[in-house]
Amino acid sequence: MTLSFALIALLTVVAALAAMLLRNLVHCALAMVVAFVGIAAAFLNLDAQFVGFAQILVYVGAVTILIVFAVLLTRGGLAPERSLFSTSWVWGGGVALAVFATLAWAIRQSVIRDRQPLPEPDVTVKQIGEALMTRFVLPLEVIGLLLTAALIGAVIIAMKEAPAGGKREKESADLEEPGNPPSVMPPPTPEGGLS
Amino acid sequence: MTPLAGYLLLSALLFCIGLVGALTRRNAIIILIGIELMLNAANLNFIAFWRFSEHPEALTGIMFTIFAIGIAAAEAAVGLALIIAIYRHYQTTNVDEVNQLKG
Amino acid sequence: MFPRRLSVFILRQTLAAYFGGLGFYMTDALDQIFVTTKQFLVAFLAGLFPPAWQPLATLLISAVVMVAAIIGVFATLFAITTVLERKGLGRMQNRHGPNRVGIPFTQIRLAGFGQPAADGIKALIKEDVVPVAADKVVHFLAPVVMVVPVILAYAVLPVGRNMVALDLDAGVLFFFAVGGAVELAVFMAGWSSRNKYALLGAMRAIAQMISYEIPLILAAVPVIMIARSLSTTGIIAAQAGQAGFLPAWFVFTPWGFAGFVLFMIAATAESNRSPFDLPEGESELVAGYFTEYSGFKFALFFLAEYLGLFVISGLAITLFLGGWHAPFPWLAWLPSWFWFFVKLLGLIFVFIWLRGTLPRLRLDQLMNFAWKFLLPLTLINLLTVAVWHYLSASGWRWAVCVLMVIVPYVALGRGLWGHRRVRKRVYRYAE
Repeated sequence: MTLSFALIALLTVVAALAAMLLRNLVHCALAMVVAFVGIAAAFLNLDAQFVGFAQILVYVGAVTILIVFAVLLTRGGLAPERSLFSTSWVWGGGVALAVFATLAWAIRQSVIRDRQPLPEPDVTVKQIGEALMTRFVLPLEVIGLLLTAALIGAVIIAMKEAPAGGKREKESADLEEPGNPPSVMPPPTPEGGLS
Repeated sequence: MTPLAGYLLLSALLFCIGLVGALTRRNAIIILIGIELMLNAANLNFIAFWRFSEHPEALTGIMFTIFAIGIAAAEAAVGLALIIAIYRHYQTTNVDEVNQLKG
Repeated sequence: MFPRRLSVFILRQTLAAYFGGLGFYMTDALDQIFVTTKQFLVAFLAGLFPPAWQPLATLLISAVVMVAAIIGVFATLFAITTVLERKGLGRMQNRHGPNRVGIPFTQIRLAGFGQPAADGIKALIKEDVVPVAADKVVHFLAPVVMVVPVILAYAVLPVGRNMVALDLDAGVLFFFAVGGAVELAVFMAGWSSRNKYALLGAMRAIAQMISYEIPLILAAVPVIMIARSLSTTGIIAAQAGQAGFLPAWFVFTPWGFAGFVLFMIAATAESNRSPFDLPEGESELVAGYFTEYSGFKFALFFLAEYLGLFVISGLAITLFLGGWHAPFPWLAWLPSWFWFFVKLLGLIFVFIWLRGTLPRLRLDQLMNFAWKFLLPLTLINLLTVAVWHYLSASGWRWAVCVLMVIVPYVALGRGLWGHRRVRKRVYRYAE
């Protein structure tokens, strides 16, 4: 086991645990960023340069920003929750432990677990681009379609219900009126901070 | 060099941490983060198997990971839009309290 | 008498040698002076280590030397630019810029170029105020997260022939990937301060940066398509030589010119420069996301902003302006790094000029501009570059591509203008 792998693994696991267990949602999101960067570093450690950079571009640049926006729009950074975990947390934890035990057992039993990597594969960005345009062109088009559909769908789902739309929408708009939250919330009080 | 099992164990651990979050937390956004972590763990597996395979020039692992990253981005966008819509309706993002079909 | 005659002799011999063929070696040596200096330094320092450690030591020392050079050169450029910007803005506003600070206890004024030193000392000895309610850890980390990715982005920027710290196969992708981390730093700064202005500024900044990142990346894509490379050195190599009487830079093609203009507009917004300086509009938001920062942390934000401006200008030079290539072959005797910095200073001047000229936009104007105007134009530009690639080189190709650039520009501009009537503003004074 090399030093770089040990450091990356430690960083990623600690950050992932923090992302799952911290009390403040914004801290969770920031810990998640560290975990994503750790995974990108693992990709780089495995000589997958292109995927590592794409991971940082998409996750750090886009997904995280979406998540912190959602946290602020839902007052998530404000409300100190009464209890963090759902009532059936014992079952959830048990299932996760069982899954890990099974996976670890399977990895231990595997015949290829001690396989050493071949010399660094000479994969250039050019080859990836050519593969995307030839063998994988259909999935590429499909994912373009999917992203467009997701873009439009997300806008429509999150769009404010128009008050002039109909009776139902009118009611819900009226209901929202008194507690109409400003779109941006300040961060939590120190009591609701790092637990 | 680290043997394949090191990466596989790291990936399994990350997957289970994500699973714990997705199964036990009450906030919908944290559940989404957990799902993203699980997706990433799977990606790590794909890249590890690609690197340790006999034919890395086939690029299958890399391609799968690229598409998975794209799908994860779409999933996050739609998921967060849903969370915001739910919040607007119920004034909460706690999944235990969102238990009515009646609006 | 003798020394003077000797010096004249040496000068004459040098000139003769220069024009007699030695010139090539001299310009070449001057061109590569930093590369050879670095190789010498690394070899010398690595020689101090025991032989077993030498490969690792060479790697580390080479990295340290390059990082030190990048930080040193561009921090100096930052210091100079702050003065130049204030002086330039001053000239545009009919006043002198800073011209007082000189060497202490003397009458020497240095034409105001002592100002950065004074500002730096002031920032260093100022009290570092952290709000009581602030989230201390995130508040502390935000300036660091801001500066580190900006400096990382310099790693793939070629500032001269063979002068790139890290020649990555996916260099441009790396650049945009680390650029994404800046948004996170802005959010961390704004959220952790527990200040309305800071949070509003951060939200504006993030919305703006996300919106303008898409045209920025899409404006860079045509260059990648034509150069067939994501590596910055590969892109510069594709712009070598002449096309007709013009240099073969991508800016001298219809799609390249459109891409360059779109890229520069998006870059202005990305680096929060006027007229897109809403996130830190002093008259609206105090100072935006770094309202609650003082002393050295504030200076770090300031530094990161300018370093970001330089690096994105450097990328514009790499992508469109031929990188370190001289414009004409008969000017190629000047060293490559000289050309890079001339182009960089030119672009910085354009940014200062814009700041002195244009008023700040409104938020809705900003968003409309990005999504309704820049984004369609960049997408059409992708189509233009495909047409350019598949038509054979001729006047026809130029005509078709120029039309494909101008027609959407005019149509979109007219269409978005709509039925707004613009009349000359009537000033009404107290009657």
